[in-house]
Amino acid sequence: MSGPSTYVPGSAFERWLDQRLPIMRLAHDSFLAFPTPRNLNYWYTFGGILSFALVVQIVTGIVLAMHYVPSISGAFASVQRIERDVPFGWLVQNIHSVGASMFFLAVYIHMLRGLYYGSYKAPREILWILGVVIYLLMMATAFMGYVLPWGQMSFWGATVITNLFSAIPVVGDPIKLWLLGGFATDNATLNRFFSLHYLLPFMIFGVVVLHIWALHVPGNNNPLGVDVKSPADTVPFHPYYTVKDAFAMAVFVLLFAAFVFYAPDSLGHPDNLIPANPLVTPAEIVPEWYLLPFYAILRAIPDKLGGVLAMFGSIGVLFILPWLDTSKVRSMRFRPLARWGFVLFVGVCLALGWCGGQLPDKAVYQSGRYVQTFEYRTAAGAIATGAISARTSAELERRAHAEEARIGAAMITMHASVAPFQIKVVQLSQMLTLYYFGFFLLLLPILGLIERPGRVPDTIAKAVLKDAATAERSA
Amino acid sequence: MRRGMLLILAAFCCSLAAPALAASEARHPHPQAWSFAKPLGTFDQASVQRGYQVYEEVCSACHSLSALSYRNLGDKGGPFAAYRAKNHETGAEEVRIGPSAHGGKFISPNDNPAVKAIAAKFDVSEIDGTTGDIVQRPARPADRFASPFVNEAAARAANGGAYPPDLSVITRARHGGADYIYALLTGYGEAPPPGVEEVPGKHYNPYFRGGWVAMAPQLTPDRVSFTDGSPSTPDQMARDVASFLEWAGDPKAELRKKMGVAVLGYLLALTLLLFFAYRQIWRGEKH
Amino acid sequence: MTESAANTHAEGIGSAAEPTRRDFIFIATSATAAVGVAAVAWPLIDQMNPAADTLALASTEIGLDAIELGQESTVLWRGKPVFIRHRTPEEIALAKRDDSLSASMRDPALDADRIRQANGDAGKEEWLVLQASCTHLGCVPTFAAGDYGGWFCPCHGSHYDTAGRIRRGPAPLNLLLAPYVFLSDTVIKIG
Repeated sequence: MSGPSTYVPGSAFERWLDQRLPIMRLAHDSFLAFPTPRNLNYWYTFGGILSFALVVQIVTGIVLAMHYVPSISGAFASVQRIERDVPFGWLVQNIHSVGASMFFLAVYIHMLRGLYYGSYKAPREILWILGVVIYLLMMATAFMGYVLPWGQMSFWGATVITNLFSAIPVVGDPIKLWLLGGFATDNATLNRFFSLHYLLPFMIFGVVVLHIWALHVPGNNNPLGVDVKSPADTVPFHPYYTVKDAFAMAVFVLLFAAFVFYAPDSLGHPDNLIPANPLVTPAEIVPEWYLLPFYAILRAIPDKLGGVLAMFGSIGVLFILPWLDTSKVRSMRFRPLARWGFVLFVGVCLALGWCGGQLPDKAVYQSGRYVQTFEYRTAAGAIATGAISARTSAELERRAHAEEARIGAAMITMHASVAPFQIKVVQLSQMLTLYYFGFFLLLLPILGLIERPGRVPDTIAKAVLKDAATAERSA
Repeated sequence: MRRGMLLILAAFCCSLAAPALAASEARHPHPQAWSFAKPLGTFDQASVQRGYQVYEEVCSACHSLSALSYRNLGDKGGPFAAYRAKNHETGAEEVRIGPSAHGGKFISPNDNPAVKAIAAKFDVSEIDGTTGDIVQRPARPADRFASPFVNEAAARAANGGAYPPDLSVITRARHGGADYIYALLTGYGEAPPPGVEEVPGKHYNPYFRGGWVAMAPQLTPDRVSFTDGSPSTPDQMARDVASFLEWAGDPKAELRKKMGVAVLGYLLALTLLLFFAYRQIWRGEKH
Repeated sequence: MTESAANTHAEGIGSAAEPTRRDFIFIATSATAAVGVAAVAWPLIDQMNPAADTLALASTEIGLDAIELGQESTVLWRGKPVFIRHRTPEEIALAKRDDSLSASMRDPALDADRIRQANGDAGKEEWLVLQASCTHLGCVPTFAAGDYGGWFCPCHGSHYDTAGRIRRGPAPLNLLLAPYVFLSDTVIKIG
């Protein structure tokens, strides 16, 4: 696609085919001879890993659909039947459920890599936007897939997420009704989610094809962020990057298999092994780990519509990222300030993930204790004053009862208890959310104008040769 | 910078492994020394078999086990798996059942005498092919475990409004798994802390969320007389039934762990080979 | 990519110092990967085989008490119908009489062969246990129709006698025996 084709048909049949359907030429030019920067590091192997993860999910998903029963009376039991009775069903089911997490782990690394090396900048804006579309489709697919086992988390997850749409003014409630196909999450919901969960991965596959197409027009970005200028900057994709991708993929599959065989339940929530019950909400509703940061952003905003807008905005901002970053330098390797902004951004995302898994009122920081003063009547009939303190309000209440038992009298006047200074999970989430948006909307536009970037090498080949020479000298 | 990126990745993996859960108000169960807890651990079949006896004689009065069929008891790796083998002393063919049975010819659970006898103790309903009436017949190995109640409403009505949960995957559906089951069953008898209001008709148990559970203490001494002569203490019964429920919730666990060794070994070899191939191909190529 | 650059790379690979060791690594790696792919294929294929709960229903026990002389009961076994026929002395006599013609039948069999149990023991003359699918294209034949006193398949006109032997019509084989054994005088197990 870049440069003239180097394909030479090897046989009469290939020549014949090449004149009618140049599919071998396409494969040769795209995946064998494709000139690829010679300095791609292991962060660049996640594209291949993600293609692999998508194929694994599609293949295991097709198998599961052969045994799964999409009805509210049969879904939970059919998953149990897959695990217990279907030959190798337990294996396929574990791969599919663990695979979802692995898919997201890989996509987050892939996205952060693109962010760090500036892979969204011209001429790769469409490539980046297609990636964000894939990510959105992945989230929708994962969410609907999580509903299918019809456990407690499935049911209440579906209820909570569809309720998000009711925040939209005027049309919100009709949209929710339309999504659910009823007045509540029910059989109709489960059936349509199953249908869409089967469909969306193939749409993902289609967008992946576009994504790779868009990649092959300008070619790969690279850790230096400089354009390819001469053939010395590149190596053919095969065998150099086929083998590197294969090695990285094998390491990834090792981690994948460790979860499948030794901790298949550890990435899910125990409550999803309780059959769905519309009468009882679980004590804590949390999404799967990969959606927790967005859940934290949702809860950080005290207003229903505002929370929903912030959550969708956190993904929406990725679409305009190519035009927010004003820096001429692609790779953050040469951007001393943006680099630290990025490290902080990764930390903020992880912290948001943590917040999403906690109860919003939990204190993350506290200075001082809860104090309560009270008056009581002593055995002699006099009025005395006492005080107790505790680290939590629940403990304070227990202390109060213990104190009553100790002094052998009831408290006659309870003064309002004094709460210590606290930062709660919800407040922490608000600060983190502020940085999340600030990074994209303020930091990147401003830094590009004021930052003094380091010296960017002229060509990949030069930089690589210099690095190698330095390494040799120091050795 | 590269090190920084690796640290981020490590933190990412840690955040993966840490279960995302909020604080729970129940007391945390103390971890027990289960034979199956280790990465390559197996079930103690004698304990699983005794645990089945506890389930049958105590739990099954209220709790269903709907994902299991009687035949599962006689599956390979199940507590009543049967093998036909030659007795080394007498030379006669004999059927060995349960923990001591290994080697010989595996007997299909449908023909397993122990499983057939267990199934026959329970009645299941069936539609009579000629009259259309619902009739009761003794269960067969292929039948699902009989439920103590016809539906949830009946179960609630018989239990003061509380629903005795199905136990098929109970160890995977609760934080703490088998430790939780053991702790709950042996955790009665403590006085509630001062200030905790008593709930009429419920029983205090610090391991249960909220502290008040509808189930009365069940495993009183000598509630079950074990066929293998084990002492019928509450501790023993709780331990055994937790073992049984762990097996019932994940009967493929032993197979899974064994297969995992082979798969991880293979992947390790492939990874090494790919690494050497990678080094060979990139030899002399600056990058 | 230009021709010369491609050549440089090709040489770079081809002119490595230890060709034998290098080839060994590539062959070993490809072979190991191929074994892995084959091993992954098996679970994906095997999952379509009957599941354990389906297999558990592969055998079924049936009481014969309720089937009166001259009647037949059609039961489901492995999702398909099976005839359990309580034959009258006349039907048995008719079947035995035609034993002498068996050599000329399309699928030669004696009446004694038609009541044999799955374990090879002789069955009982009055009980005939047959898979109720015409061996032509799988329709269910009806009794007391056709020219030989036995079953007649309405789809394409195959005639079976009172031992379920094919006598006329397109079917190639006798009605298949269902694999059954007597567990007691009045209970049989099919499968």
